[in-house]
Amino acid sequence: MSTADSPPAQDAQPPAAANGAPLVSLRGISKSFGPVRALTHVDLDIPPAQVTALAGDNGAGKSVLIKTLSGLWGPDEGEIVWEGRPVHLHGPKDAEALGLTTIYQDLALCDNLDIVQNMFLGHEELRHGLLDETTMEITARSTLKDLSVTTVRSIRQPVASLSGGQRQSVAVAKALMRRSKLVIMDEPTAALGVAQTRQVLDLIRNLSSRGVAVLVISHNLNDVFEVADRIAILHLGRLVAAGPVSEFEPASVVDYMTTGRSSRTGAASGPATAQGV
Amino acid sequence: MDEPRSTTAADTGDQIEPTSHAVEAESVATEEPELEAVAAAPELLANSFGEYVRAWRERIRSGDSGALPVILGLFVVVVFFQIERSEFLSNINIVNLLVQAAVFILFGAAELFALILSEIDLSVGYVAAVGGFIIAELIAPPVSLPWWLGILGGFAATATIGLLQGTVITRLRVPSFVVTLGGLLLWQGVMLELADVDKTAVGGVITISTSSPVYQLVNSNMPVWLGWVSLAAVLAIFAVLSVTQAARRRARGLSAPPLSITAVKIVTTAVGGILLVWVCNKNRGLLIPLKGVPWVVPFVGIVLALWSVLLGRTKLGRYIYAIGANPEAARRAGVNVAWVRTLGFTLVGLTAGMAGLVYESRLGSMATDIDGGTLVLYAVAAAVIGGASLFGGRGKPLHALLGGLLIAAVFNGLGLLGINAAGQDIATAIVLIVAATVDSLVRRRGAGGAL
Repeated sequence: MSTADSPPAQDAQPPAAANGAPLVSLRGISKSFGPVRALTHVDLDIPPAQVTALAGDNGAGKSVLIKTLSGLWGPDEGEIVWEGRPVHLHGPKDAEALGLTTIYQDLALCDNLDIVQNMFLGHEELRHGLLDETTMEITARSTLKDLSVTTVRSIRQPVASLSGGQRQSVAVAKALMRRSKLVIMDEPTAALGVAQTRQVLDLIRNLSSRGVAVLVISHNLNDVFEVADRIAILHLGRLVAAGPVSEFEPASVVDYMTTGRSSRTGAASGPATAQGV
Repeated sequence: MDEPRSTTAADTGDQIEPTSHAVEAESVATEEPELEAVAAAPELLANSFGEYVRAWRERIRSGDSGALPVILGLFVVVVFFQIERSEFLSNINIVNLLVQAAVFILFGAAELFALILSEIDLSVGYVAAVGGFIIAELIAPPVSLPWWLGILGGFAATATIGLLQGTVITRLRVPSFVVTLGGLLLWQGVMLELADVDKTAVGGVITISTSSPVYQLVNSNMPVWLGWVSLAAVLAIFAVLSVTQAARRRARGLSAPPLSITAVKIVTTAVGGILLVWVCNKNRGLLIPLKGVPWVVPFVGIVLALWSVLLGRTKLGRYIYAIGANPEAARRAGVNVAWVRTLGFTLVGLTAGMAGLVYESRLGSMATDIDGGTLVLYAVAAAVIGGASLFGGRGKPLHALLGGLLIAAVFNGLGLLGINAAGQDIATAIVLIVAATVDSLVRRRGAGGAL
C-alpha cells in the first residue's frame, strides 16, 4: 500500500484539494470538563483526499477531539475552520450538514434491518408517501459497487448476518452516499481479524482516493503506517506532533504517544511540532 | 469469491476485492447465482423457483424462522382436535373460531407495536375495556350518538390514553413496564367509574342494542354475494400489486421473485380465501338459514392490512423497527426517537380500542367483570406465539393473526372436548412458553451467526 502524498483521484475533486488548502483546520482548540483539561490549544489541519491518523494513548484526548469536531459540544476556546470559513457547530446535525460523518466503534447499525434500510435510515426515499425501496436499493447498490464491496451476497440481508468488516463497509458506504467530505472513524479495525482489517484498510484507501478526507483514530501502529498519509499525535490533551507519515517511524510515534516527545527522527528533518503545523 | 462455502458469509473472513478488480466484479448481489446461507428475504434474493426454495430453507436454518413455527403449531393443533372431535372443522365451528380469534388477533396487533419497540404495554386489557364502555355509552340513551360517532369516540379515547402513557414513558423516562402496570390499575378504576356514572348500567352491565351495527359487527354476516365480490376484489388487487411490483424491480435491474413464485403465492392466497368464504357462506343455521362472512372478518383484515402497510412501507414503521433494535443508531440517524415511541404507544391504544369494540360486539354487552389482566397476557401471547420477538425489533401484524388463531383454536378445541377453564389456561400457558422458548433459541442462533 502506497502512502503517497498526492492522492490519485485529485482531479475528480477540484475545490479545496487543488490549491492544497486544508479541508478543516482546528485552531487553538481547548476543552475542559470541570477541572480536567482534556484539550489544550490543539491546532490541526486535515487536508482533503488524504488519510490522517490520530494517535495517542488512552486519555490523550482523541475522543474529545473527534466529538468536538463532530459538533457534540463546542470548544471552550479556539475555532473550527471548514473550507476556509470559521463554523460554529451546534450539534451533530450541523456537522452532518457540512459534510462530516463520524463512524463510531459501535457503527450504529440496526441488526434487524437490511443493508439498504440501514444505509437510508433517517433519509428514506419516498414514492406516493410510501418507502421507495426500489430507488433506495439501486442507489445503495451502486454506492457499494463504487466502494468495491463485492462480498455481500445480497444487499437485502439483515446486517446481523454480516461480518465485522462488512458492517464497517456498510457504515462507510452510508457516509459516501451522503457525499461526506470528511469521514471520522473511531478505531475501525479494533476487534477485527486479519482479513477483515485488510478489508477495512482497503476501504479507507478507497474512500480517500475518491477525494474524501479521512480521520482515523487507531491504536494499531501497523494500521496507521499502512493506511495513513499523515499522522497527528496527542499526548495529555496537547498535539505533540503532526506531519506526513514519512517523517515518522513506529518507534518515534510510540515515544510521542507515551512521553510527548521523541529524540528519534524518522526522516531528515523530523516532524513538525504542534506550533509548526 | 474463490470456493463455494457451505457456511454463512458472516463467519468466514471475507475480503473486499481491490479496486482494480472492481470492474470485473460487476454486481454486488443480484447476478450471483449461487446462494449461501444468508438470512435475507428469499423473494429478494432468488431469480428462479429452485433458488427461491433454497434461499428460503437457508433462511430458516440460519435462525430466522419467521411464522413457520406457528403455522406448524396451528397445523398440529387443528389435526389433533379434528381427530378428537370431528365437529372441530365443521363450518359452524370454524366461523365460531374466527370470531373468537378476532379479539385475540386485535389484542395481539395492539401489543405488537410495543413489542417491536422493545417495550411492553400491560394496560391494553383495561384500555380496551374503557374504549368498550365509552362506545357502549355513547350509542345508548341518553347520549344516543350515531354508531359510527360512538366508535370514533371510543377509538379517540383509547388512542389518547396510549398517547398519554407514551408521553410519560418517553418524556419522563419512566419504564413502560411501570407506567402501563399503573395503567392496568388506573384504567380499571376509570372503567368502574364510567359504569358507575351511567345510570343505565345496571350491575355494571351495559347492553348493546341488537339493531346497532356495534352489535352486528360480530353477530351479523355479509350477504353471500358480497363475500364473493369482496374476495374477488382483494385477490385482484393482491395479484396486480404482486405482479407489477416484481415487474418494476426487474425493469430497473433488481432481483425479483420469478413469476412462478408470484403465481404460487397468488394461487395459495386465492385457495385460502375461497375456502374461507365458502365455509362462511354455507348454511350453518339450525332452524333458520344462517350464512355469510361475519363482518368482523373483513374488519380485522382491513386493520391488519393497514398496520402492515404502516409498519412495512412507511417511515414511521421503519423507525419503529429501527428503535426496537438500536435506539442509539436511530437517534444518530436523525430519528425523533421519543416521538416515534410515543406514536407507537398511541397505536397500541388505538388498536386496543378496536379489540374492545369486537369484545363487546361479541358479548352484546359491556360489563365491568371484563378481565383486563388476563387479556393482556393473551395479547402478549398472541404476538409472541405468532413470531414477534419479546426482545424487540421483530414482528408483523401477520404474526398477531396467526398467534390469535392458534390461541383461539386451543380454546375452542378444549371447549369442544369439555375441558374446563383450568385446562384451557394450562394449555395456553404451555403454548406460550414453547413460543417464547422458540423465540429465545432463534435469537441465540441469529446472534451466533452474526458474530
